[in-house]
Amino acid sequence: MPFKRFVEIGRVALVNYGKDYGRLVVIVDVVDQNRALVDAPDMVRCQMNFKRLSLTDIKIDIKRVPKKSTLIKAMEEADVKGKWENSSWGKKLIVQKRRAALNDFDRFKVMLAKIKRGGAVRQELAKLKKAATA
Amino acid sequence: MAPTSKLSLGIKRASRSHAYHRRGLWAIKAKHGGAFPKAEKPAAAAEPKFYPADDVKPRAPSTRKPKQTKLRHTTSPLRRDLAWRSSSPNWSADLIEIGSSWPLQVDHHARDGADPARGTLHGEESRVSQAAQVRPAPCHRSFFSFYCSGPFKINGVPIRRVNQTYVIATSTKVDISGVDVSKYDDKYFARDKKKKVKKTEGELFDTEKEAAKSLPDFKKDDQKAVDAALIKAIESVPDLKTYLGARFSLRDGDKPHEMVF
Repeated sequence: MPFKRFVEIGRVALVNYGKDYGRLVVIVDVVDQNRALVDAPDMVRCQMNFKRLSLTDIKIDIKRVPKKSTLIKAMEEADVKGKWENSSWGKKLIVQKRRAALNDFDRFKVMLAKIKRGGAVRQELAKLKKAATA
Repeated sequence: MAPTSKLSLGIKRASRSHAYHRRGLWAIKAKHGGAFPKAEKPAAAAEPKFYPADDVKPRAPSTRKPKQTKLRHTTSPLRRDLAWRSSSPNWSADLIEIGSSWPLQVDHHARDGADPARGTLHGEESRVSQAAQVRPAPCHRSFFSFYCSGPFKINGVPIRRVNQTYVIATSTKVDISGVDVSKYDDKYFARDKKKKVKKTEGELFDTEKEAAKSLPDFKKDDQKAVDAALIKAIESVPDLKTYLGARFSLRDGDKPHEMVF
């Protein structure tokens, strides 16, 4: 029941609302009870309400309000991108993006693949059932 | 012209003789030998034999020229290129045709429109390969249409014109460099004028005598020629043939405004 993801300097968060929707940012300072100063390698440092952020499990080791280059170095050392893309949350987002960008032809191919997979599963299941009743 | 006198409406600034001099009527008279040239009165028209019962103004033919429809950028062969070219492009886009507004014609087109046997709510649309783009036809309607072909063997869509409003262009492309599209233009697709055959009373109810419409042979050969090149290009891509043969439809959960075509 205790909280595991805290708002702290170095906490990586996902922006879940607004212009920067979907971006991974690092909390670099806390402005007041509601807002944090937030930074990312490809973004101008800005303040964001905590309500706009979804905290992740990833934390990096930085001092309060580091220089951009220091931040980038720290992110690379902690391999934030790699950790994110390997996490189940990150993987889900990647799949969502891929699905949204599917072409009509791609969607057709996906349908064919699903049918094929379903067929293979059903065949195996039939075999197992037969073996079980035999 | 000289401004009117501020005294009253109709009292001119220049007096009669002053105006005469200013307008140079003396010079015109001199040029024509002392007399002002009179326009000849047109010969009086003969009394018309027939006066229409109602005074109806004759309808003036409309001088409105409809605007040339622009090629929608989503349907252009070069996605970002807004200028269309009349020469056949080297590749074409696959199109999804929305067929529900097509009239049911003889033969091939019965596949479009709502298919009651399948119970679909709206018509299923066929996927079609676009052969070339065409200029706005120089006919009374300047619409922008494409020439496309099923190919016929794959999904039963012949070489035909399709208006771009009935089409969703996809980003799937097929190489059509092997297809010769130069001979297709509006005249190729013009409808045959029906000859009015007067039927005698007995024949009025004789429906058997109505001539059966069939495609002229040269059109069938054209179809084969175009499709040969197209099918070769299509078969080089896995699954593309089945894709073109399948109908497009929306299912539960589909959000067409969010779908990428």
